[in-house]
Amino acid sequence: MDIPLFHLDWLNNRMLIAIIATLHALINHSLAVGFMPLVTWLENKGVVNSNPHEITDPKWDKMVYKMMWTAFIITTTIGAMTGVGIWFSVSLVSPNSIASLIRVFYFAWFVEWLVFVTEVVLILIYFLTWKNANKTLKAKTRHIKFGWYLSVFSWVTMAIIVSILGFMMDPGNWNNEQSLINGFTNPLYLPQLLYRTPLAMVLAGTLGLFLVSVFTNKGDTIRIKAFRYIGKWILCWLPFAVAGAVYYFNVIPKTMLANLQVAIGTQSFQQWYDIMWKVIVGSSIIILITAIITVWKPQIMKSYFLAITLVFALGFMGLFERVREFIRKPYIISEYMYSNLLREEDYPLYKKDGILKWATYNSTPTVTNENKVEAGRNVFMLACSRCHTTQGINSITYVFDRMYGNTGKPFKEDMMKSYIKNMHKSREYMPPFPGNDLELDALVAYIKQLQVTNEVLEGAQEVGVAINKDQSVEAFKSQFANKETQNESQNNLVKK
Amino acid sequence: MLLLQTSIPVPKDIPLPFPAPEWFLVTILIISFLVHIVFVNLMLGGSLLTLWCQIKGIKNKEYDTLAHEIAKTITVNKSLAVVMGIAPLLTINTLYTVFFYTANSLTGLMWIAIIPLVTVAFLLTYLHKYTWNTFSNNKPIHILIIAFACIIFMIIPLVFFTNVNLMLFPEKWGTIKGFMSALLLPNVFPRYLHFIFASLAVTGLFLFWYVGRKNYDFESIFNQLTRYEVKKKAYSLVLAASVSQFIIGPIVLLTLPSKGLGWNLILVIFTGAIISLPAIFYMYKAIVGKPENINKNFKIVVICLTITVVFMGSGRHIYRANTLNPHIKMISEKTQSFIKESEIARQESAKPQTAVSDKTDSNKGLEIFEQNCAACHAKDEKVVGPPIREMQTIYSNNPSGLKAWIKAPGKKREGYPQMPAFANKLSDSELNQLSNYILTIK
Ligand code: HEC
Ligand code: HEC
Repeated sequence: MDIPLFHLDWLNNRMLIAIIATLHALINHSLAVGFMPLVTWLENKGVVNSNPHEITDPKWDKMVYKMMWTAFIITTTIGAMTGVGIWFSVSLVSPNSIASLIRVFYFAWFVEWLVFVTEVVLILIYFLTWKNANKTLKAKTRHIKFGWYLSVFSWVTMAIIVSILGFMMDPGNWNNEQSLINGFTNPLYLPQLLYRTPLAMVLAGTLGLFLVSVFTNKGDTIRIKAFRYIGKWILCWLPFAVAGAVYYFNVIPKTMLANLQVAIGTQSFQQWYDIMWKVIVGSSIIILITAIITVWKPQIMKSYFLAITLVFALGFMGLFERVREFIRKPYIISEYMYSNLLREEDYPLYKKDGILKWATYNSTPTVTNENKVEAGRNVFMLACSRCHTTQGINSITYVFDRMYGNTGKPFKEDMMKSYIKNMHKSREYMPPFPGNDLELDALVAYIKQLQVTNEVLEGAQEVGVAINKDQSVEAFKSQFANKETQNESQNNLVKK
Repeated sequence: MLLLQTSIPVPKDIPLPFPAPEWFLVTILIISFLVHIVFVNLMLGGSLLTLWCQIKGIKNKEYDTLAHEIAKTITVNKSLAVVMGIAPLLTINTLYTVFFYTANSLTGLMWIAIIPLVTVAFLLTYLHKYTWNTFSNNKPIHILIIAFACIIFMIIPLVFFTNVNLMLFPEKWGTIKGFMSALLLPNVFPRYLHFIFASLAVTGLFLFWYVGRKNYDFESIFNQLTRYEVKKKAYSLVLAASVSQFIIGPIVLLTLPSKGLGWNLILVIFTGAIISLPAIFYMYKAIVGKPENINKNFKIVVICLTITVVFMGSGRHIYRANTLNPHIKMISEKTQSFIKESEIARQESAKPQTAVSDKTDSNKGLEIFEQNCAACHAKDEKVVGPPIREMQTIYSNNPSGLKAWIKAPGKKREGYPQMPAFANKLSDSELNQLSNYILTIK
């Protein structure tokens, strides 16, 4: 409304964020939070198990180095850039929400940044000094210490971000106390951390197994040894990860749970919901089997099986992340801002004056008979476009048609109107319709036109914006000039 | 030609206070931005130098080695460039929220394309670094890799400049149609050139220091090239780039739209430029002087140029403040008045509506139905769910069955979606009124 709306009419705006964020979380958990301690631990094993006259077992150390090399390349490219990408995509798709969060959480993010800088410096040191550190035992011990520091900082980076995410999902608190500590004390914080930490360890373990199978040959003694170690690592963490997932899932507030079934994104809620649990149970079992085999019968473990395990482990987490991305609906900041970027408290004003009047960017401040369809498009952009497209994923004509039984018949206006007026009651994941009755008429006219024309809604990044005359400098000046003259005349009256 | 009169928007700000005093945020913005930009300079300048040295290295093996040495620094500098970028990004989001986001949105596709583009460029720099031996007999391909990375690194700053330029000109927002039209606003290219030359200068200084470090075993890496030669070349690069800035700088200033120009800006920019003069002088003396004197005054050169950069960075901010402050004032007044209007509307709507209490039961039933069910049910025809007539035939003698369904509907009909549950939304008395209404309506 105050910021031109970027809109992807095919991919769906939320999908853009979900893809980038999920990718980032997967890399961050499997290659940073969980992987750094795993690598450091393995590096240390090389020193402990080496011959007395050696600093470390060179073959083993080389294998661990290669694992670290993989992590280094991926985290400092895709990992780092998807992290920035979350910012970019969120600020394009929901600028008002991220801007509000920053206003309140600036220092949390700032501290997060400091920790993150430390993490990057440590990863550079740890990786780039690896080979030099192999010259003396003292240097090697110090190098391993850096590995542990790095592990701690990777974890702290995650711990802070989790606080911010947890805060956004906690209903109610935003309005009462918009403060920093709140993010850490909110009821979702601990469960998330308890779920994410062991999960990251398990993911790192499955990835580690796979990398070992890539970097060593069949029958190598170091391969068998590495399998055994990592298998045990997984066996230690897996029960905690499963327990954490169950715990986390149970603590998500009730209203959000009510949304959870739709959260996954299609109509057949129950089906998806079951799939999620099946994947979680299934992948836990597969990981368990893999870990058991690698500990007790490492010789028979095959690379392709490890690859499959890895895919399932990532799927385990990916699904959970996806659910989290969609859980907050209809709010984007609980009980403060809806997903359409409008604040709940401004609704009465929009209902009274119409939403178009207050939107800085739109070509139709008031709805007339002539501009009805265009006004409808503007209303759609403001009220629905954050979650619906016109022709792509979750398109508005598709959802209406499906709701009316997939008949393909022209929609009935009255039915649509009474639906939209109450849509937040029948489908709780949607915010209430913000506009007035004329705007509702216009929206319906637009959707009906969409049904027959297949026209595509283009975002501000392609067609630019039209400036609402009511919200322009000229309007501002005349309005405030009026106020001043009013004030003056009042003052004059008082003086008299 | 018809010039369309577009107006200047006055959007509302985010109605929340700043998290810290403004001067504090501004300081953080200027400092963290400079740190970020230095690493970006090193990343871009380093890649360009690598490319140049490697091409030269086709004929002279020594330059290939030099290219390899510079290439090793890129991957470190680029990581720092990214993390250091987060603080200024966060802070500019806070200070200039609507301006920055508006520019982002209007150039959205290119803006988000930064993410995959930079990722690819980073991967290319690693590929380039780790395949030095693999491609030792295939130099053209190897050079192509770094050339691609360079092209991407050259494009990215252009996107950023387009954005920070566009955010300064609300009067243009209504005319922008996509990235290209924002790119073509005057002033983008001069500022871009200014930046590219700064990158070369900064990288030259860095190279001078890098090959001169005590624990850098120059002699065992190079056979013919000497420290002195490399340092001289590095200085020449810095010198040439700095002198060029004296031509590009005024062009930047002249193409800046006049609305943000002010004496405060001119003063800061000129002071900055003047402080760079001693550096230029000492560099010149070192280049033409004796080899053993090349290191003399390096510290002064660095200090002067650093001060120059700080002044230029501050000048940048002063221009931004000069340009935007009047608009920011309007925006904040507008935001205040909006908050007031919203408050008034909220109070009005909260006033109890009269005549609720004396409604009859069936009126209430109708009202509940309208609010909760009418979206999907009509009297005589199917909408989303079955019509009321059908409900009546199923439940005419079974109101409690009806209520049970409403509380927790099942799944009965093929091809119908799931009806939502109303267990937590309707009270028992409301349920009674509703079911009465459904079963009695004619
Ligand atoms: C918070 C995001 C969000 C917003 C904003 C939103 N919707 Fe939806 N809407 C959804 C989701 C999610 C679905 C379910 C899609 C599915 O089940 O596949 C949905 C489904 C629908 C359906 C089908 C409901 C059903 O029972 O099958 C209609 C109709 C609809 N939306 C209309 C609208 C209109 C009109 C607007 C704008 C006034 C709007 N929505 C705004 C998220 C949103
Ligand atoms: C989002 C749309 C929607 C809303 C809102 C809705 N219903 Fe339904 N209703 C349906 C659908 C779809 C069916 C058919 C379900 C089936 O047969 O599987 C249905 C079926 C019914 C039935 C038939 C039950 C039977 O035994 O066959 C009754 C009665 C009913 N609804 C009452 C209500 C009442 C009362 C409300 C308001 C409190 C309401 N519905 C709100 C969609 C809705």
